Amino acid sequence: MPSRCIGRGEKDKGANELHKTLLLFIITLIFLLSTLPLVAQEPSLILPEEFTAFDTPNDAGKSISLVWKVSSSDCEGVEYIISGSTNPDGPWQEIVRLDATKWFKSDAPQYFGLGTKHKEYHFYEVTNIPGRAETLTNGTPYYFQLAMTNGAITAPSPTTISARSRGNWFDSSKTNILIFVIIFSALIMFFIAAARRNPHLFIRRIPGLDAVEEAIGRATEMGKPILYLTGLYDMSYVPTIAATCILGRVARKVANYDSQIKVPSYDPIVMTVCQEIVREAYLEAGRPDAFKEDNIFFVTTDQFAYVAAVDGIMLRERPAANFYMGYYFAESLLLAETGASVGAIQIAGTDSVTQLPFFIVTCDYTLMGEELYAASAYLSREPLQLGSLKGQDVSKAFILIVLLIGAILSTSGIYFILNLFKTF
Amino acid sequence: MIAFVMGILFIIQFFVPHQWSQDMLTWVTKWLSIIGGVTLLVGAGSLIHIHYAKIKRRVAGWGYSGVMFFGLILSLSAGITPALIILFAPAQGNQSFLGIEGINTVPGVEPGGPLDWVFMKMFNPMSATMFSILGFFMASAAFRAFRARSLEATLLLVAAVLIMLGQTPLGGMLWSGIPDIMAWLLAVPNTAAKRAIIFGVVLGSIATSLRIIFGIERSYLGGGKE
Repeated sequence: MPSRCIGRGEKDKGANELHKTLLLFIITLIFLLSTLPLVAQEPSLILPEEFTAFDTPNDAGKSISLVWKVSSSDCEGVEYIISGSTNPDGPWQEIVRLDATKWFKSDAPQYFGLGTKHKEYHFYEVTNIPGRAETLTNGTPYYFQLAMTNGAITAPSPTTISARSRGNWFDSSKTNILIFVIIFSALIMFFIAAARRNPHLFIRRIPGLDAVEEAIGRATEMGKPILYLTGLYDMSYVPTIAATCILGRVARKVANYDSQIKVPSYDPIVMTVCQEIVREAYLEAGRPDAFKEDNIFFVTTDQFAYVAAVDGIMLRERPAANFYMGYYFAESLLLAETGASVGAIQIAGTDSVTQLPFFIVTCDYTLMGEELYAASAYLSREPLQLGSLKGQDVSKAFILIVLLIGAILSTSGIYFILNLFKTF
Repeated sequence: MIAFVMGILFIIQFFVPHQWSQDMLTWVTKWLSIIGGVTLLVGAGSLIHIHYAKIKRRVAGWGYSGVMFFGLILSLSAGITPALIILFAPAQGNQSFLGIEGINTVPGVEPGGPLDWVFMKMFNPMSATMFSILGFFMASAAFRAFRARSLEATLLLVAAVLIMLGQTPLGGMLWSGIPDIMAWLLAVPNTAAKRAIIFGVVLGSIATSLRIIFGIERSYLGGGKE
């Protein structure tokens, strides 16, 4: 059998096949190489939407708030670049770089409230532009741009926004406080007005105040003075004002009994006020000659120096009755124990929750918290003042009802009532 | 009228964040400090008058009034003398402190100065002594008060013992539950009672403030028919 010879045609056919294969291979290689850069390329940054600037609410001005929607590109390693200028065309100063996983509207409830959608927006408060004046100027327009960067690429801002800062006339974050102040004040004023029509209001007994007359009588019988302290705050604090109001009632009784009252003062202004109060009390009692201005004197404005001086007075003069009215700190026990050691009848009244236990265990009678504020009305028995006490009690009942409802709702997982009482 | 106007004004000021409102608050606060400083002179005058009268009349305990004058003169001297030296002796290289550069602190009160020495070596130890007496007074008050005379007193006694034991390692050593009971007592009933008192205090403050603002309560003024 003769060997099969490969003719020219067959040779050409084989070469064509080879050429086709090579061509196909080259085309495939080119295609693969052309697509490779796309696979290896960094993903592009998607700039956020709704980039807005506005005056920061609830402030005195000199601040502009920037808000923008969270971008799908937000992740670790991505930053926002905020730039500012006083000119819409620049030059632009970089103000800050912010981590894209932080800085949300929900972090500033004092401006935006407690809405659930605030986590979908970023927020930044601009108070100055580097290289410019120390703070923003109210009324001046400022321009801002927002860019994103992941370290490798930076996506510049396509838009420029502007805003002017200004002072605000109402702090809306305190709206709940305003409403409750109006409600409570209205209740108190209503009952004061009601007391004008019906002056016979019931008030429960407060043993500490019933004992005032007994204490003064005891001091008169023993021929010893009465010591009256107004606490360690100055006249700008309500407990001290309450203490001086009670002093007026006590001083009148002391003048009627022809006894002596000593008032060592912690503050010079309180001293002058107490001098006038006691002088007036003696005048109204018809005993101006019995008033001794030297009995109301200033000691010192230092806490422990004051208590050392008062303790010395107690040990030397041995008063028969001690009154501790006002706000006290750590010296409360020093005073009350020394007073107990000299055998004085002691009546205390304070709104300091940390010192109440000490007064309760050492004093004969203690006015707790609100009883200090009720004392003046209780001693005077004036209808208008008793009316304010009734308003106080109704306000307290309102708070109790809200507490009860809030506790039930919170236990059930409904928290809106808690947010009504939030302060920022 | 002044109390009414200022009361209403500063209630409104609390809700107004505008710069004018803040400036007004700052201005009034500065005036309060100025008036407070001036009334300190009134207080000092009262102090000197009272104690001088005691020394003059040789009343019982007049020696203590002498001690008061000694302390007053010592502190004043320690504070004022360095300032006077600098003021009147510029030739010695010291610069006057009246607004001239180079003086960072009022002479006399700088650390190591004479007034600082009086404060640190005399005043501070005496204050600390008075504060430390509290420990002994607490013990004596507890001894007198923690008696099981009634149900409330017994409750007080038991709670006080548990709290005291819980605050020390001894409580844990006696029984591991004592610190937990102490923590519960402080966190639950104690906090509840404190908050209840604070509610009453706040409402009382509002009522008292309204009475003062609207002139219903005027006894603090020391005169006039209510």
